[in-house]
Amino acid sequence: MQETNQINSNLAHSEEEVHTGHPTALQYFKVAMILSFVTALEFLVFYFEWLGHWIIPVLTVLSVGKFALVVMYYMHLKYDAKLFTGLFFAGFGVASGVILSLMALFSWFVF
Amino acid sequence: MASMVFAIPRPVHPTGIWSWITTIDHKRIGILYGVTAFILFLSGGVEALLIRAQLALPDQNLVTPEVYNQLFTMHGTTMIFLAIMPLGAAFFNFVIPLQIGARDVAFPRLNAFSYWTFLAGAIILKSSWLLADAPNAGWFAYSPLTGIQANPTHGIDLWVVSLQVLGVASLAAAFNFIVTIVNLRAPGMSLMRMPIFVWMSLITAILLVLAFPVITVALFELSLDRVFGFNFFVVAAGANPVLWQHLFWVFGHPEVYILILPAMGIVSEILPTFSKKPLFGYPAVVLAGAIIAFMGWMVWSHHMFTVGLGPIANSVFAITTMAIAVPTGVKVLNWIATLWGGSISFRTPMLFALGFIAMFTIGGISGVMHAMAPSDAQQQDTYFIVAHIHYVLFGGAIFAIMAGIYYWFPKFSGKMYNESLGKLHFWIMTIGFNISFFPMHFAGMYGMPRRIYIYNEGMGWEIYNMLSTVGAFMMAFSFLIFIYNIVTNWRNGEDAPDDPWDARTLEWSISSPPPEYNFVNIPVVKTLDDWWNTKHEDSDHLPMPAAGGSEDAEEHHDIHLPQPSYWPIILSFGLMLLGFGFIYNFYVGGLGAAIAMIAVYAWSFEPVNDPEPENNNH
Amino acid sequence: MAHDVASATHGEHEPTTTGLNHRKMLMWAFLGSDCMFFGSLIATYLVYKNRSITGPMPIDVFDIPVTTVSTFVLLMSSMSMVIAYSMLTQNKMKAFRIWLGTTVILGSTFVGFQVFEFRTFANHEVKIDCAHMEDLTVLEQKVAEKCTPGVHHVEEVVPLTPRVNLFGTTFFTLTGFHGAHVTLGVIWLTSILLLSIFRPKMVTPERNLDLDLAALYWHFVDIVWIVIFTVVYLFGVFEGY
Repeated sequence: MQETNQINSNLAHSEEEVHTGHPTALQYFKVAMILSFVTALEFLVFYFEWLGHWIIPVLTVLSVGKFALVVMYYMHLKYDAKLFTGLFFAGFGVASGVILSLMALFSWFVF
Repeated sequence: MASMVFAIPRPVHPTGIWSWITTIDHKRIGILYGVTAFILFLSGGVEALLIRAQLALPDQNLVTPEVYNQLFTMHGTTMIFLAIMPLGAAFFNFVIPLQIGARDVAFPRLNAFSYWTFLAGAIILKSSWLLADAPNAGWFAYSPLTGIQANPTHGIDLWVVSLQVLGVASLAAAFNFIVTIVNLRAPGMSLMRMPIFVWMSLITAILLVLAFPVITVALFELSLDRVFGFNFFVVAAGANPVLWQHLFWVFGHPEVYILILPAMGIVSEILPTFSKKPLFGYPAVVLAGAIIAFMGWMVWSHHMFTVGLGPIANSVFAITTMAIAVPTGVKVLNWIATLWGGSISFRTPMLFALGFIAMFTIGGISGVMHAMAPSDAQQQDTYFIVAHIHYVLFGGAIFAIMAGIYYWFPKFSGKMYNESLGKLHFWIMTIGFNISFFPMHFAGMYGMPRRIYIYNEGMGWEIYNMLSTVGAFMMAFSFLIFIYNIVTNWRNGEDAPDDPWDARTLEWSISSPPPEYNFVNIPVVKTLDDWWNTKHEDSDHLPMPAAGGSEDAEEHHDIHLPQPSYWPIILSFGLMLLGFGFIYNFYVGGLGAAIAMIAVYAWSFEPVNDPEPENNNH
Repeated sequence: MAHDVASATHGEHEPTTTGLNHRKMLMWAFLGSDCMFFGSLIATYLVYKNRSITGPMPIDVFDIPVTTVSTFVLLMSSMSMVIAYSMLTQNKMKAFRIWLGTTVILGSTFVGFQVFEFRTFANHEVKIDCAHMEDLTVLEQKVAEKCTPGVHHVEEVVPLTPRVNLFGTTFFTLTGFHGAHVTLGVIWLTSILLLSIFRPKMVTPERNLDLDLAALYWHFVDIVWIVIFTVVYLFGVFEGY
């Protein structure tokens, strides 16, 4: 009975976005500034040859950060239904798994 | 707005053939899929019969080796992509909206587009026979045999292009069904109250949208190599042809679950109906389906045990492959438990469903034998594997599809098939099937390789091959009985009641065939197997108000149905031209691309016809 | 009038089980699927990394400063996209068109950078000053073999094309498909912009979902580039990678 009521109440909201917050233009601009700053940082880090192999995890973290910012704020995923997060990250997760598996199968990781 | 350049008006009340060409009604699209796929299934069967004729006796030369290679390639590709998948799509289309209490799918024009694009892909592939240039490298097309040097004619290109087009069709359909199942269920139908067929279809659709892009990339890479001289599979440039195998099977293994999960869903509907018992362990069956789909991503290299991946890779994939037998076994046990203590009715759909359990289990047993990498080293590329594949795909998927056709025949045609002929079909097909494929286990164990056009006398395989050929022709004969039964009764059969089987799910609560709008009022669902509950358990629950077949349906002005459209078929046509053009003539390809672009814009801006009082269309 | 125009929104007036819009759900499912598409291309790129037998390698051709600028341009186009959407929902139609136009320009600029890069790579020239032969790449060393006594400068065109080696094949295919995605996005956004100018009644705050869907696609194309920029370019010239 409760399930039926829940589903019935969902039906009433078909045209509203299921979200609580909505960033302002200023917040979008701030995200853009962070993205620019991180990109500039990546550019600088790239020339820090003293980092050696550490360049890989450092740049990975920075890119993941940019990725997350765009997905969560610009694509609004932070504020939207969890189902959308699931749909997107199912694909992203399986894709990452395939990439890592193929790297392993082609001897990227020496055991 | 007439002044809107792309706003071309929709067809108004099309009749006859135009009504089929512009249809967006899921029931009609289901029938289109079913009839087309069945005809293509027969063409794949002819290809098989030619193979069997050639192998009936040793040292025969009914066909040349080149033609033989084309035969097994086309047989496999046809059966997987042009028969089993679209037959599954026929059921998704016809049954799902009815089972979830919807009037149509979420994107009706996209649905029509899926069908016409499937037809385009089928035309591209089958035309290769007419062009005397059928693909010849197996349905899995291993590199470097598919490279431009080893395979300079266009057969492989036709194979590649047809699969890309079919991929577009499958992806569009899968996206459509994901949204439909998630978003168009009747009030009260939570996910755990959905019919099990709908669950399996949802899981299949998710697999489709994740798996197909991988083969899309592999096919692009192969095309780029062949047409533009790229180096993806060119060994001289340092490439590794095994990459093709990986990309193909990362798609290919989820693909076989795409083939079997809908079939398992169909069987899971039929067993309860003809046992007069609910499906045993519904949550376990759902979870097992989801686990199979998830684990299906982790087993692909079991198709590559003999390639030389090394002991670590082989061990990992052997373990994951054996593990995936567990959720499969859970399903089989739940089916058996469903039957246990039930009031069994051995009607034709039930016979095929029971046959499915037995045949699929046999196929599963040989599958577990392949899972052990060392023993697979002996079985790989022999008829032992051919036996396995056909037990699971024919004994499994096709048996289930036959079960589904008989089961839902009254609903989609409004007529009853002939039960005696149905049973006759079942028995001849089952006996013929086992005579054909069981001996292949032996032929394989005794060393007969697959995909070789000839074998010599004295190898000791003669008796097995003769049996296989005899069995194949028995199966073919059984299909003649099936065709006769279906065709004559669809036209002149006895009228079917709404609910001939005393079944459990919502499609049986409306008339046979259903009205265009499916439900006069969208049902409110209270339980799993809600129609059964309405009929038998819930004495306070009023019968569904005018639940279908009402002659005054025409007066329901408030039912808004989607309207027919020209653009799906036109867009598909554009894609077909693009496909052929890519291979043969860039101007044709350019024309196809232009038609496609125009169709996309026209589709986007297509207006809705004004409402009229005397019909249901909005 | 509202009935006359495209009713792909037909389904939007009906209730949905989850309360979420059909087309938005479709777009997110599509983007998840597109991750698999780019994932397979990236996997191919990585599997073939460092396995080219000849020809220009990443370190020979990549211009990280220029690519950083084009990355920045694409990131800014995401910002302008999201501001355009915000303007639309607030019925600030002129601002909406300006920001949408900006997005189109920035996106086209990115494609322009790609075309420039592809052409530069295809005409890649190795220039050696025989007097200063420190820190040469493998390719440069090979060209430098022509530095016989009496020769001061050696110049040779060693193009990078998809046909030359594995790096060319995988690089052009991956970034080419990405560029094709961007181009389709530019066409989509331009269509919306033109519609807004010539048929303003079809682009309204109430119909913001149409822009939202295009925006999601646009941002996705941006995040794919974030991955490509790091995995292909930044890591690419790093030795031993």
